[in-house]
Amino acid sequence: MGEIVTTGNKGKTVRSDCFVTLELTTSGGIDLKIESKVAVMYGAVIREQALEILDFFGIGHALVKIEDSGALPLVLAARLEAAIKKLVPCEKSWLPPFLPENSYTTEKDRSRFSRLYLPGNTPSLMINAGIHKPNGIILDLEDAVAPDKKDEARFMVRNALRGIDFYGAERMVRINQGERGLEDLEYIIPHNVNLILLPKCEHPDQVRAVNEKINSILANQSSIVNRQSSIWIMPIIESALGVINAYSIASSAENIVALAIGLEDYTADLGTRRTAEGAESFFARSMVVNAARAAGIQPIDSVFSDVADMEGLRQNVLRSKALGFDGMGCIHPRQIAVIHETFAPTAEEIERAKKIVFAFHKAHEQGLGVVSLGTKMIDPPVVKRALNTINLAIKMNKIAENWRETYEQ
Amino acid sequence: MSNKDVKTAHAPSLPKYDKMVRNAAGRMVPTIINGVPAVPYMGIAKYRPEGFRAAPRLVSCADYPADGNKVVPGLKEALIRSGLKDGMTISTHHHFRNGDLVATQVFDIAHELGIKNLMWYPSASFPCHEPMTKYLEDGTINHIEGSMNGALGRFTSAGKMKGLGVLRSHGGRYQAVQDGEVHIDIAVIAGPTADQFGNCNGVDGPAACGPLGFALADAQYADKVIVVTDHLVPFPCIPWQINGNYVDYVVVLDKIGIPEKIISGTTEITKSPDRLLLAEWSARFCDEAGLIYDGFSFQAGAGGTALSIGIYFSDILRERGWKARFARGGSNKYLVRMLEEGLVEYILDGQTFDLDGVRSMRDNPQHTWTSPFTSYNYHGKGNFSSMVDIVILGATEVDVNFNANVVTHSDGCLLHGIGGWQNTLFGKCVILPIPLFRDRIPVIRDEVTTICGPGELIDVIVTERGIAINPKRTDLIEKMKNSSLPIKTIEELKAEAEKICGVPAKPKFTDEVVAVVKWVDGTVLDSVWRIEE
Repeated sequence: MGEIVTTGNKGKTVRSDCFVTLELTTSGGIDLKIESKVAVMYGAVIREQALEILDFFGIGHALVKIEDSGALPLVLAARLEAAIKKLVPCEKSWLPPFLPENSYTTEKDRSRFSRLYLPGNTPSLMINAGIHKPNGIILDLEDAVAPDKKDEARFMVRNALRGIDFYGAERMVRINQGERGLEDLEYIIPHNVNLILLPKCEHPDQVRAVNEKINSILANQSSIVNRQSSIWIMPIIESALGVINAYSIASSAENIVALAIGLEDYTADLGTRRTAEGAESFFARSMVVNAARAAGIQPIDSVFSDVADMEGLRQNVLRSKALGFDGMGCIHPRQIAVIHETFAPTAEEIERAKKIVFAFHKAHEQGLGVVSLGTKMIDPPVVKRALNTINLAIKMNKIAENWRETYEQ
Repeated sequence: MSNKDVKTAHAPSLPKYDKMVRNAAGRMVPTIINGVPAVPYMGIAKYRPEGFRAAPRLVSCADYPADGNKVVPGLKEALIRSGLKDGMTISTHHHFRNGDLVATQVFDIAHELGIKNLMWYPSASFPCHEPMTKYLEDGTINHIEGSMNGALGRFTSAGKMKGLGVLRSHGGRYQAVQDGEVHIDIAVIAGPTADQFGNCNGVDGPAACGPLGFALADAQYADKVIVVTDHLVPFPCIPWQINGNYVDYVVVLDKIGIPEKIISGTTEITKSPDRLLLAEWSARFCDEAGLIYDGFSFQAGAGGTALSIGIYFSDILRERGWKARFARGGSNKYLVRMLEEGLVEYILDGQTFDLDGVRSMRDNPQHTWTSPFTSYNYHGKGNFSSMVDIVILGATEVDVNFNANVVTHSDGCLLHGIGGWQNTLFGKCVILPIPLFRDRIPVIRDEVTTICGPGELIDVIVTERGIAINPKRTDLIEKMKNSSLPIKTIEELKAEAEKICGVPAKPKFTDEVVAVVKWVDGTVLDSVWRIEE
């Protein structure tokens, strides 16, 4: 009897996943058992795909059982490849087709109000994540994955980056800490990830190590689908030391676009508890905001963990915005709308932006290099921010796209 | 008399079905069902049967106790006195949903007495009725006309039922009784509160379930009517939803229903973010299309998504200071809240799904009970269903011609009943919020496995990846021209699902029919086929 390995998930509440049991044998060919709730519609296709993957990895004799709860092909592939590689280490990868829709890139200063955490080993939560229109989705390889599932989650996340349409959300992955995190990069960098979240960041060296690894992967691999000129990094500050080093971290690399704070770990590190008022984290939040602004990047707040309390969330966002944050994490799609609505520019902010943008266009039409409002000269970054505010307001249906046609000064 | 003798025969010698023809929906259907002629579907509002309404035998009050006391000792005694014999049709109602303790007992007794070839005529069946499979196997029950859910559906799909199953809508059930297609020999009506004369209601008592409208036809048309209660009150039982003047015997049992199962768990608002999105988009669609106005009306099914639409309607109504003139139930706490907040003026309710619904129906004069006669009946001089502005429903499958299925799954297995679904399709705008695919199973198909509703009555499909408007509804298409909602064609939605899931294979069937789906007028809309082993 050979070693028996399993991957994936099964059980009453599991959906869109499968559970693979694999044992290599020395003769008898492939004995493949499939128990699927979609057997009538997809039983034959599942068998065909499984045999193709086993053949791809040169598996000629094995006992294979697939208990399927409606896994999409890219999920089945991830589960089977993970099982095979537990037994047969191998350089090859069985990659599902890369969706052309997934080749988009993201701007350094795009809005990052919301980023939705998706556990990296739970495909059912990934498939429809994009329809809720978060600014970003985070495929999480770190805390949301059980320690014994961390290896198989890499294949799941890789395949998700290739085959799941997130409808324009910035495609982010949170890697693990330390050496495991650097290994995680090998699974995701070649597949057009837009941004890497770096957990428990305490020192600029961690950012450097990640960038070195990214560059070596980009230089060495041939079949890379990577449209982004630069893969962005968002370090997460989650400790007292991280807070103290916030600015040196924020300014340690060109491709850092945002600095986030993670309050659960931070408060634990301080030896205190997280409260709704947040007095215990006021210093840390202010440090992160200041460090990020000083480095010219976006400060991003922690998640709000009571998914049923929408009013509490709204209050939290208001406090967060008042402190200077540009966005926050979310752990449930229902939080997205509240976060967007509350971080969105207010009527007052829009009015001010309209004045500046109108003046900008007027200056442009008159061939003037300098934008002024009354007697005041407007700096280019202020113009840029005003343009962002207006674009955002248009995107959120707060003003019409052709607002300038009817605008009166 | 002659009518009765023909209709109640469920002799095993009769052919299960015969003479297949292609109907107006393009489906092969039998024209002989359990030995009785049937009319193939002819199209919407095409069929006009002639003649007179069916009627039960004449009775004389002289044969009933002058003191009004019809209580007999036990259900067995009542069934024997009702003349229970081979080949009869026995009806029950489903107001207790999955908490019903009465229907199975009726057939336990029939089995004990060695009775064979009964036809069970429930207004719906639930998982709690799984024990009926053993009576279907041993011949106590010949077949079911009504609904075959869960285990009973699988049993039917496997070709194990002796007679041919017949699936009807709530309205179609009333129609079949009225025009004599089905004659009920014995109706067993579970009444949560009853008096000794047989008056009963569903709003009081330990098994309170709200209205008793699904038992109305049974009371009016059955030869013998038995009321079963666990809460007997002295005459008069007020209100009486079922009139004691129809009732032959009253039976008192310890317990007729399990309250926590009567209050079905499937009637909570969904917490699924995907389903909430469907509900939100459906409400926004209604608003942008101008379907919501001060004094409009709506009906939402029992599913979590349909229920959630009330939240979004409430926001819109509150913001504008509008009210819905009436809402059709299935009611529950969410609809009751709208009534009590003044966002809905009346609830016209066919069934209540929770205790708030029961309480409101009992105490609030603006929350009134209805029956399939008032709401859905084909042989009425009109009914409520065509007067409703917005109808929100579910489906297991929809095809590119907007035909929809609610009884079988894509694997071909019979799993659900029709309920009021077919009847409510006559509302002015019928919207189906459904996920584009469930796990890996696309909902939009080239052709539905079983047609339960013709596409010409289905106006809008709302999925999480886009909204398709029936091309026949040029008015809606025009109104939504500049909508920010993702309006797509149904073909585009189908392609999108198949790109994600792959193209599903069709289930394999034998050439044997195991059940038929009736249309609201009693014609045969489609056949359900036996699944290949």
